[in-house]
Amino acid sequence: MQIYLPIAEVSVNAFLLLGMGGLVGVLSGMFGIGGGFLMTPLLFFIGIPPAVAVATEAAQIVASSFSGVLAHLRRKTVDIRMGTVLMIGGLVGAGIGIAIFNMLRQMGQVDLLVKLCYVVFLGIIGALMFMESLRAIRRSRSGKTAPRRRQRTWIHALPFKMKFRTSGLYISVIPPLAVGALVGILAAIMGVGGGFIMVPAMIYLLGMPTKVVVGTSLFQIIFVTAFATLLHATTNFTVDLGLAVLLLIGGVIGAQVGARIGVAMKAEQLRILLSLLVLAVCGKLALDLLLEPAEIYSLSAGKF
Amino acid sequence: MRLLLVLLCLMAALPARAERVVAGLSQTQVAINTSFSGSEILIFGAVRREAPLPEGALHVVVTVAGPSGPVTVRRKARRFGIWVNTEAVVIDAAPSFYAVASTAPLAQALSQDEDMRHKVSIPRAIRATGTAAQAADSENFIEALVRIRSRVGLYQVLPGEVALTEDTLFRTSIALPANLTEGDYRTRIFLTREGEVIDAFETAITVRKVGLERWTYMLAHERPLVYGLLSLAIAIAAGWGASAAFRLIRG
Repeated sequence: MQIYLPIAEVSVNAFLLLGMGGLVGVLSGMFGIGGGFLMTPLLFFIGIPPAVAVATEAAQIVASSFSGVLAHLRRKTVDIRMGTVLMIGGLVGAGIGIAIFNMLRQMGQVDLLVKLCYVVFLGIIGALMFMESLRAIRRSRSGKTAPRRRQRTWIHALPFKMKFRTSGLYISVIPPLAVGALVGILAAIMGVGGGFIMVPAMIYLLGMPTKVVVGTSLFQIIFVTAFATLLHATTNFTVDLGLAVLLLIGGVIGAQVGARIGVAMKAEQLRILLSLLVLAVCGKLALDLLLEPAEIYSLSAGKF
Repeated sequence: MRLLLVLLCLMAALPARAERVVAGLSQTQVAINTSFSGSEILIFGAVRREAPLPEGALHVVVTVAGPSGPVTVRRKARRFGIWVNTEAVVIDAAPSFYAVASTAPLAQALSQDEDMRHKVSIPRAIRATGTAAQAADSENFIEALVRIRSRVGLYQVLPGEVALTEDTLFRTSIALPANLTEGDYRTRIFLTREGEVIDAFETAITVRKVGLERWTYMLAHERPLVYGLLSLAIAIAAGWGASAAFRLIRG
């Protein structure tokens, strides 16, 4: 069934969109990720204009994170105070990100920026996660428990300290603000929630307990992507409601199925699979940049 | 002014040739609704004559042109090992859609002078003044524009697609693709003999979004803040709904 999208101004198959939403939903449910980093490139691939894909994906991430954060709020695994600090950084970052996005769009380099961001961040995160989970698997095979590391680092020497009771932390607000801002910039530029970079940063940089990390990052993501959605809608008119609704329906159903599969698998196995997935997306995008494209010309409407 | 002159020339030429084109379209309105997946327009008509059939080959050329706008064409080159956009050429005005159908190859149906005058072929329909200053090989950029739009069916050259019977009745069909922009699609029919235009007919096909499509589009552009908030409300409702529904199934 073909459906005409009012803002993207293209006609696409509705079942294809539902299926894509479902597939990414299953993965996001399995791994506890937003899935934006998979969905946005997929949308480019089926011919949705990049600006529309990035903006619409932001709206979809709001929905899936909201669904997720409700479950975490019930389990009391959200550090609202930390989430708020991250969010303040995130809102500033999203504003900066949109400004960078619009500036580079005028220079015709937005595709390059988005792809380079994907390659660099997915490459680093994927490789780190892969090595970490390999080590964890080896450790569990040899029967030793993971060493608990919470040493004092330079993070603890910074001023403006604040107490985060839920996380059991007493640290400076500067690192969470910086992490939030970085994620906000990425959210605006890449059309992702940024969980894939925030979660590791929260665990390894801020030293937050793993059980509150996912809920807190979802809390921050809701506000930052909602803000990014509004900015895209008011400055670029690129949020497509029809597209968002179709992706949503597939996504929320897929996420519930994925969550069930995720429960049945071991954490290390999940992490290694996720890292392989991240590296695969990274590799595909890197190849696009390195190999000579079939068409070296590209069009964009308007004078820039 | 130039158009007026052309029209005057045409009118002056009419009584001498005494051949006129009478035409109709299967539809002059295209409504883009949710299930829009392209449309086929049938263009048909007849040649009216008051004198016996003159000498020379008679041809019919049909063009359909979407609204024009500026287009930026960019070219990638390898820099530091990766492919990045380097050069860009801004083309003043290129139609968003252009189809030209004729009874014979265009070069045969229309002389170069007439093509220049009426801007019939695709390169003539694109207004690319001042592009030479922007890149050493600006013609490659214009070629790329035509190539890319042709690939997705936005530019169509259809030689021999107009059927002409008994030098009187003609018909053709133009496929409008699904990725259409709104606006008035200027439709022209030229009657040529020996490559010279002897009569022309012009009308427009109106392409408009209707219903939900129109409502969404208007809201997004005229009330962007309301639209943005509505998108968020729908997103949050869907997220909450999914969570609630799943709890219901579980519990």
